[in-house]
Amino acid sequence: MVKLTLPEAELMDGGHVACQGCGAALAMRLFLKGTGPDTALVIPACCWAVIAGPMPTTCLRVPTVFSAFEATAAVASGLKAGLRRTGAPKTIVAGFAGDGGTADIGIQALSGAAERNEDMIYVCYDNEAYMNTGVQRSGATPPGTWTTTTPRGLEKSTPKKDMPGIMVAHKVPYVATLNPSFPEDFVAKVKKAASLPGLRYLHVLADCPTGWKHDPALMVEVGRLATMSHFFPLYEVENGRYRMTWEPGQPAPVAKYLKGQGRYSQLTDADIVKVQSDVDARWAALKKLTTPA
Amino acid sequence: MTRHLLSGNQAVGEAVRLARAQVVAAYPITPQTTIVEHLAEAVGKGDLLADFITVESEHSAMAASVGASIAGARAFTATSSQGLALMHEMLHWASGQRTPVVMANVNRALAPPWNIWVDHSDSMAQRDTGWIQVYAETNQEVLDTILQVYRLAEDKRVMVPAMVMLDAFSLSHTYMPVDVPESDVIDRYLPPYSPPQKVLPETTQLFGSFSPPELCYMELRHDLEVAMHQARILLPQVEEEYTQLTGHPSFGAVDEYRTDDAEVVLMAMGSLAATARDAVDALRREGKKVGLARMRLFRPFPADAVRSLGERFHRIAVLDRAVSYGSGGPLAGEVRAALLGIADPPVLAAYIAGLGGREVTQEQIRSIFERLLSGNGLPSEEWVGLKVEG
Repeated sequence: MVKLTLPEAELMDGGHVACQGCGAALAMRLFLKGTGPDTALVIPACCWAVIAGPMPTTCLRVPTVFSAFEATAAVASGLKAGLRRTGAPKTIVAGFAGDGGTADIGIQALSGAAERNEDMIYVCYDNEAYMNTGVQRSGATPPGTWTTTTPRGLEKSTPKKDMPGIMVAHKVPYVATLNPSFPEDFVAKVKKAASLPGLRYLHVLADCPTGWKHDPALMVEVGRLATMSHFFPLYEVENGRYRMTWEPGQPAPVAKYLKGQGRYSQLTDADIVKVQSDVDARWAALKKLTTPA
Repeated sequence: MTRHLLSGNQAVGEAVRLARAQVVAAYPITPQTTIVEHLAEAVGKGDLLADFITVESEHSAMAASVGASIAGARAFTATSSQGLALMHEMLHWASGQRTPVVMANVNRALAPPWNIWVDHSDSMAQRDTGWIQVYAETNQEVLDTILQVYRLAEDKRVMVPAMVMLDAFSLSHTYMPVDVPESDVIDRYLPPYSPPQKVLPETTQLFGSFSPPELCYMELRHDLEVAMHQARILLPQVEEEYTQLTGHPSFGAVDEYRTDDAEVVLMAMGSLAATARDAVDALRREGKKVGLARMRLFRPFPADAVRSLGERFHRIAVLDRAVSYGSGGPLAGEVRAALLGIADPPVLAAYIAGLGGREVTQEQIRSIFERLLSGNGLPSEEWVGLKVEG
C-alpha cells in the first residue's frame, strides 16, 4: 500500500448531482485540493452548471460565478481585475469549463484572455462531447467516436482539436494535461499552476461513463487506461518547455482502452489499427518535444 | 467647474474619469472608438485608476464588465450597433446577476447594408434585457447622465445596469461646450461602489446558478421588474441631487419644451429633439401653439408621464428613429399602450424617420406639426423622407 500525499481538506462536499462515476466531479474535487480555499470559480453552461446543485444549494465551498457558454475566460478576466481593484488580489480566479465551452464556443474569449496573459487558471474538463445536452460531438471528440450527432454513417473523421497545443502556441506560462485517475500528478500540476502568475491552462481528461458508455464503477480504471495506452499522455509545458510527467513502462494497447467503452463499438478492427497508429505518431511527436536536444 | 469643448465621446470619457470607474473593458467600433481611446489615455496617464481590459469582442467586453462588477468593482464599457447586438446575451447576464454596469451606446444603424450613421435600432432591440435606457440630446447631458445613472444603477433598491445613448456623429463626434464638474463635487455625489453582495473569498456564494420552475427563477425575475419600477421612481431624486451639486439642469423622464399652452406635441428622442426644438421655436414665432416632449428615459418606461401628456393634449405625434418590423415604431407602440384606458384619449400620429442617418430636416418636422394642428390625414405609420413610396 502506498499512502497518497493529497491534501485532506475537502472544498467540495458530497450531495452533488453528478452522474455516478463522473470524472468531472472528481476533477473538481482534486482541483480545489490543489488551489485551496482562496479560489473563486467561473463556470459556464456545462455539466458543472448543474452538478453544484440548484440555487441556493451548492456542494462547493468557494464562491462560484455562473455565466454564459462562451464567456468563461472573459468573465474570469473581469472578475480578476475587479478583485485586484477591491482588495482581494491574491484570490485565485479559475474558469472551469467543458470541452465544448473551451474548444468550440468559448475558444474566442479564451484566446483573447491567453493573448493578454490574464491572471487566471483555466480548466477544461474534457469529456470529449457535449455531455450536458446529451452526448453530441464537439471539436474535442476523437475521430470514430459514437455520439448522438456522429451516429453510424455520419462518423467523425477529423482529428480531436489539440487544445493544449493551441494554448502552447499562445505562449502562456503554463499548460498541462491532467487525469483524475492519476491524482498525485493532478494535484501537483494544480499546485504548480497556482504558484505561477498569468494564464495557466489545465486540460483534464474527464471520463463520462454516461456518454462513454461503460460501467460507472470503472471510471478510474478507464481513465488509467487512457494514459497507460498513450491515448492521453500526461505532460506539462512551462514557458514553452515540454516535460512528460508520467510515462507507462510498457504501454497498453489502445484497443484495450477503446474496447472498454460502448462509444467506440462502431470501430472495426481496421479502424482500431488506425487509431493505434495515430496514437503512436502523436506519442512520438510528443517524445521529441519532451526530450531535450 | 470648467467649460471645455468636447465631443460626445469625450464627454463620456470625462464622465467615466469623474465616476472613478475601476474596470474598463471595451472593444473598438465606429463611432464609439474614441471613447475607448480617451479612456485608455486617461488610464495610461494615471488620471483614471482602473484596470483596462482590451478584450477581443464586445461579448467579452460585457462578460468582463459583469465579472468585475460581481467582484465589487465599478465597471464601465462602451459600444455601438453591431457590438451591442453581439452583447445581447451578456446584457441579460448583467441584469440577471444584478450588476450595475454602466455602458455608453453610440446609437448607430444595424447592418445590412453596412451603415455607420445614427438611428436607434441597436438600443431599441435591447429594450427587454433589463437595462435602464436613457437617451441624451446634448453632450452636456451625456456627461451628466453617465454620472446620474451610476448613482441610480448602484442604489441598493435598484441594482440594475444602465446604458446611456448618444447619437452617432451628431453627438459622438460633434463638439459642444460642456461644463465638467470638479472631481470633489462628483466624489460627494457618487461615493465608492459598495455592493450589498460581491465575491467574498472562502464563502459558498453563488451568482446565477440554475433554478428550476418550482424554485426561485420567477421570483428573481419579478425582483428585477420591481427594481426597474424603483429606478423610475428614484430618477427624479437622483437628478435633483445632481442639479443641486452642479447647477446643471434636470430633465426628468420626459423633457417637455413649450408645452404649457401647446395644442399639439411631438415626441422624439436623442438629437432629433434638438431639430424639433428649433422647429417648435420657428412655429411659435408664427403663433402656432406647438410643443415638444422629449423621451429621455425609455427603460423603465415612464408610462405615467406619457399618460399625463395624453390627458393634456388631443393630438400627439411620435417620431421614431427605429422600427420594430411588422409593428411600426417602438416608441409609438409603447406610447399607444400607455394611453389605453385614459378618458378622452388623444389621436396619435406615428412617424418613422432618420434611419441609417438619413437627414431629418426642420421642414419635415414643421410639416408633421402642421398636419397635427390641422388634424387631417394623421398616419398610424408613415415613413418620413422615403425616396420610394413605401
